[in-house]
Order: sequence, then structure tokens, then C-alpha cells
Amino acid sequence: MTSPLQQKIKITGPSIVTANRTADGAVIYRTAAKDWSTELGRAAIVRAADEARALLAESVADDLGAVGPYIAPVELSDGAVKPGNLREQIRLSGVTIGLPVQA
Amino acid sequence: MYAYDEIDRTLVNERVSEFRDQVKRRLSGELTEDEFKMLRLQNGVYLQLHAYMLRVAIPYGTMSSQQLRRLAHVARRYDRGYGHFTTRQNIQYNWIKLVDLPDALADLAEVGIHAMQTSGNNTRNVTSDQWAGVAPGEIEDPRIWAELLRQYTTLHPEFSFLPRKFKFAITASAHDRAAIKIHDIGLRLHKNAAGETGFEVLVGGGLGRTPFIGKTIKPYVAGRDLLSYVEAILRVYNQYGRRDNIYKARIKILVHELGIEKFAQEVEAEWQEMRDGALVLDHEVVEDIRSRFFYPAYEKLPHMPDELKKAAHDAKFEAWRKNSVSPHKEQGYAIVTISLKPVGGPPGDATAEQMDALADLADTYSFGEIRVGHEQNLALPHVARRDLPALWKALDKLGLATPNVNLVTDIIACPGLDYCSLANARSIPIAQELTRRFANHETANLIGRLHINISGCINACGHHHVGHIGILGVEKNDEEFYQITIGGRADEKAELGHLIGPAVPYGDVADVVEDIVEAYLALRAQPDELFVDTVKRLGVEPFRERVYATR
Repeated sequence: MTSPLQQKIKITGPSIVTANRTADGAVIYRTAAKDWSTELGRAAIVRAADEARALLAESVADDLGAVGPYIAPVELSDGAVKPGNLREQIRLSGVTIGLPVQA
Repeated sequence: MYAYDEIDRTLVNERVSEFRDQVKRRLSGELTEDEFKMLRLQNGVYLQLHAYMLRVAIPYGTMSSQQLRRLAHVARRYDRGYGHFTTRQNIQYNWIKLVDLPDALADLAEVGIHAMQTSGNNTRNVTSDQWAGVAPGEIEDPRIWAELLRQYTTLHPEFSFLPRKFKFAITASAHDRAAIKIHDIGLRLHKNAAGETGFEVLVGGGLGRTPFIGKTIKPYVAGRDLLSYVEAILRVYNQYGRRDNIYKARIKILVHELGIEKFAQEVEAEWQEMRDGALVLDHEVVEDIRSRFFYPAYEKLPHMPDELKKAAHDAKFEAWRKNSVSPHKEQGYAIVTISLKPVGGPPGDATAEQMDALADLADTYSFGEIRVGHEQNLALPHVARRDLPALWKALDKLGLATPNVNLVTDIIACPGLDYCSLANARSIPIAQELTRRFANHETANLIGRLHINISGCINACGHHHVGHIGILGVEKNDEEFYQITIGGRADEKAELGHLIGPAVPYGDVADVVEDIVEAYLALRAQPDELFVDTVKRLGVEPFRERVYATR
């Protein structure tokens, strides 16, 4: 499979890098402080392909901390960061259905 | 039930130890994700949207009450208190942590359950008829042969790195409940002209991006030759199957591109070289496996006990009995299907509490045995008919007596975009809405047998191609859309469904299905003409007209 760093990066708006945490699979976001957070609001925002490539490269380099980093779109609204599509909305907020057993 | 021997137990335990070490090395950084990924997949561990997902095998869909309790334990201790039964007789846990996986697998291993080869490019869980061994008219118990295949293919070095995943299904009944025609190899036990039992072998079935119905490669293979013939197929696939393109790597593509005649010639040539070698199945070997299956000591019981006569006055009980209770090979006994499709619920999910309670009911009423079917329901295979009223009451208390088996709300659905990293669209909310629309039992009964299958992407885990009504989620400009097919079926008359028209948005799917069902009710020749037969008779056009006339 092609490495994410070898794939063509094309972004059309504000974007972030997200992944899953290695130990437990939790959804995490790459921060400007070069670490990971479970809060989307702390994610580093990039707006150009070069910036995105650099953020992705440092994310991929942290193979121990995160699995499968990729670039995802976000929307900025009144200073808040929101997921840019349904998939990322579900990753952030959880399933759209009631769980058989509420956590 | 099949009793594992020391070899099986050692194998499963050694695998847990090996995986524990692999997880430890991954968490310490000794293994990169690239190195670890194949190892975790070989142990049924995926990474999904929110967390790791563990897929656990339930070979040929048979488990004991002890094993079901352990599945409940894993759900409760390591996950979020529930599990999801799949179309391949597996159970999946959606929220498990990598750090907990070795302990979870060790707990499962104590009762002979494992997750080996539930992922990866190898031979997967061998599936079978959930009524195997108890169905009236069955040639013989197909699980004997499923177990032989399981032992033969487990960690088989030649078949651990196939071009792509490989799935077996086996049945011994005229009515195919194992969907053998949509598997890489489908096996149908039958008798030849001389009255000897053997197998019709089908090859190249499968769904996904490029669906095919399996083709008969050999009408009759004797039991002694089963492993050698299967190995010949796998060898030809291993040699010629494409490894350069994941979308063309399944055996179905090879069979399609070579043609079944040419493929069969290749297999025959390979088989003739090896058929009398080490893989010949001696009678003693088969009988040894057979002897490790334990069957209940059935009592001699009346077909119509007083308890059943009395309960027949209860309309609610009768509604459940008519849909959930099926004939058994032994007089006085029945097979009870337990619907995991409550109105408004996710298809195939069961809570730990339900699993524990079902294990207790299996002990009380079914000789401690439970089955899983590819329709994502469970079954109790040995219930005395006199016990049906008591069992129904107990199931009803647990929310497990929904009287909808084989009806429009008995929906097969993959996890979809709510869980799955491959999905393009959600499946479960569509299923939930449809169960609400058709919640009225009288309406569902009027409609009759109707299978709806929903997949959240082209990989077709919800088997949408073979649903009487198939629903496939696709993504268009970041929006969920759904393609609708009709006329598919997964049984002995397996067919792929036909697209009725352009994809419809998420919010329209339930309306479209209602339109299709209303058209069927108006068009069927008589009340007992099934939906799928009406589509066969009339084609897609009248349904297309009904759905798109106002859209």
C-alpha cells in the first residue's frame, strides 16, 4: 500500500491530521505542539498542501503513538473547529445510534 | 457440540502467547505498525473508526452455553457490554483496547474460542447451516466436514498468504441456509446415483465490488477426496490468482477470467497428481472427528404436547411460534430461531446480559447448545416442543422474542459508517428506520417472507447483492446515497439483485422501500407469491416505475 507521504496531497480548505491512538485505538488529532490530543479543538490547522504534508510527515514519524495518520477536512465557525464531513463527525462524536448498552 | 482435543487446546493457547508477545513488542516500539498490522489481522484485530475491533470465530456457527457466557464476559470486561454477530458466524467487539487484547483472547482460549484467521489473506472461518445436525431431511451433519476443513486449513503454511481472503461454506440440506453459492468454495453434501455421500463443489462465488454466483466445478467429489480436491483448487488459485490488484485478487475473478471449464481443467490436472497422496481421508479419520461431536440424548416425546395445545390460544405466542419455530429431525423437538432484530435495534447485536441469559436458557431447554446463523440471528437447536411456551416467555422478558424471523424487519446489515473504516454510508440507522416503518406484525405477516440486506460500502458485508431488496450505501459529494436492488437471493436458487434506478438520498430510503413493498402487494399473483417470485415474474420495471414516478 502506498505510504500516506507518497500520496498526492490536495486540500481545498482548512484541514487537520487525525489518527487512532496505538494503545487503545482512540481518535486523536495532531496538535501544533507536536503531540496528540483527543480534542479536535486542539488540532493544528493547515491550509496549504505543503503545510499539510509537513504535519502529516511528523505525524507518521510518531509510529509508536499513533496508527494511520491522514489529512481530514474541518470547518471553522466562530472560532470553533468542526469536522468537515460525516465520517469525521462520527469519529469525533461517536455512533449516530443508541448503543445497546450505554457507556 | 465438538470437543477439542489436546492439539487444538495447545494450538489456541500457543497462539495467545505468541500474540501477547507481539502486542508487547508493538507497544514498546519494537514492532512498527507496518510490521504489526499483518500479525494483528491474522488474529482478527482490525482498526476501525473509533477503536480496535476484535472478530472472534464461531466455527460453523456452533457454540456451547459455556462459550456464550465467555463471549458475554469479554463484552462486559473488555468492551462496552455488547457484541455484534456477523454474516459469517463470527462475533465482533467494537471498542476493545490493544493493551487488553491478549487477556481477552486468553479468556476466550480457556473455553476453546479463538480469533485466528478471522482476517487476513487466508482461509476464514468455515461456515455452515445453523440447523446442521438437526434439520429434517439432511444428508448428514455437515459440521463433521466443516471441522475437518477447519483443522486442515488452520495455520496451513501454503494457504496463509493467499492472493486474498478465502471463505468456505457447507450445507447438507436441500434448502441452502449457508449461502454456499456466494462463497469462494461452496460445498453441498448429496448422494450420487450409487447412493454414496459426497460433495457438489462450487467455486468462485462472492459479492463485493464484482459479485458472482458460484459455479459448479465438480458435481460429485467423494468424502475421501475432499481435502485433496480442495487443496487442488487452492493451489491453482495460489499460483494464478492476481496479487497485483486487490480488487481482482479473489478466486471469483480468476474463475471468471479463465472460464470455469479452463479453471476446472487446471484443478483436475493438479488433483490427478495428488489425489491418492497424503490427503486421502481414511474412514477412521472421518469417524474420529465424527466421534468428537456430541449429540443430545433425546427423549421420546409427542409432537403435540398439552403445553403447546394450551399455548396455541395465545395469539402473541402463536405469532412467535409461526415465525421462530422450525421442524426438527426428532419428533417432539423443535429448532428455535432467536431474532436479534428488535424494532429500532441494531441488527445482530446482543448485550452481555442477553448472552448470559441465553446461555442459561440453552442449558435449561437446548442441551447447552446455541447456533449462529448468517442472517445474524441465534438459534437453540434442541428444544422440546413441550417447553416452547416457557421458553417464549423467558425470551420475551429478555427482549428476544420479536416475531419477525424471515419477515421484512429481519434485516441483515453491516456495521456501516457508524463503526467501519471502509464504509461510505450508514447501514444501522437505515435498518432501524425500516423496522419502525414495518413494526406492525400484521402488516409484516401480510407481506410475508422478504429479506432486506444493507451494506455501507461496496465490500458488501451486508450481502446486499443477494437481498430480496438490497441497499448499498455510496457517497456522493460528501452525502450519503443508497442504490437499491431487487430480486436477489442467497439460497439454493441464488441470484444477484437488479438495480432499480438512480441512488436515493439517506432520507428517502425507507420511503422507497415502502413504495417497493406496496407495489409488490398490488402486483403479486396471489397472497402466497413471495416478493422475490413476483420480481422474477415481472422484472424490475413495474417497481422502477412506482419508485421513480414521483421522484
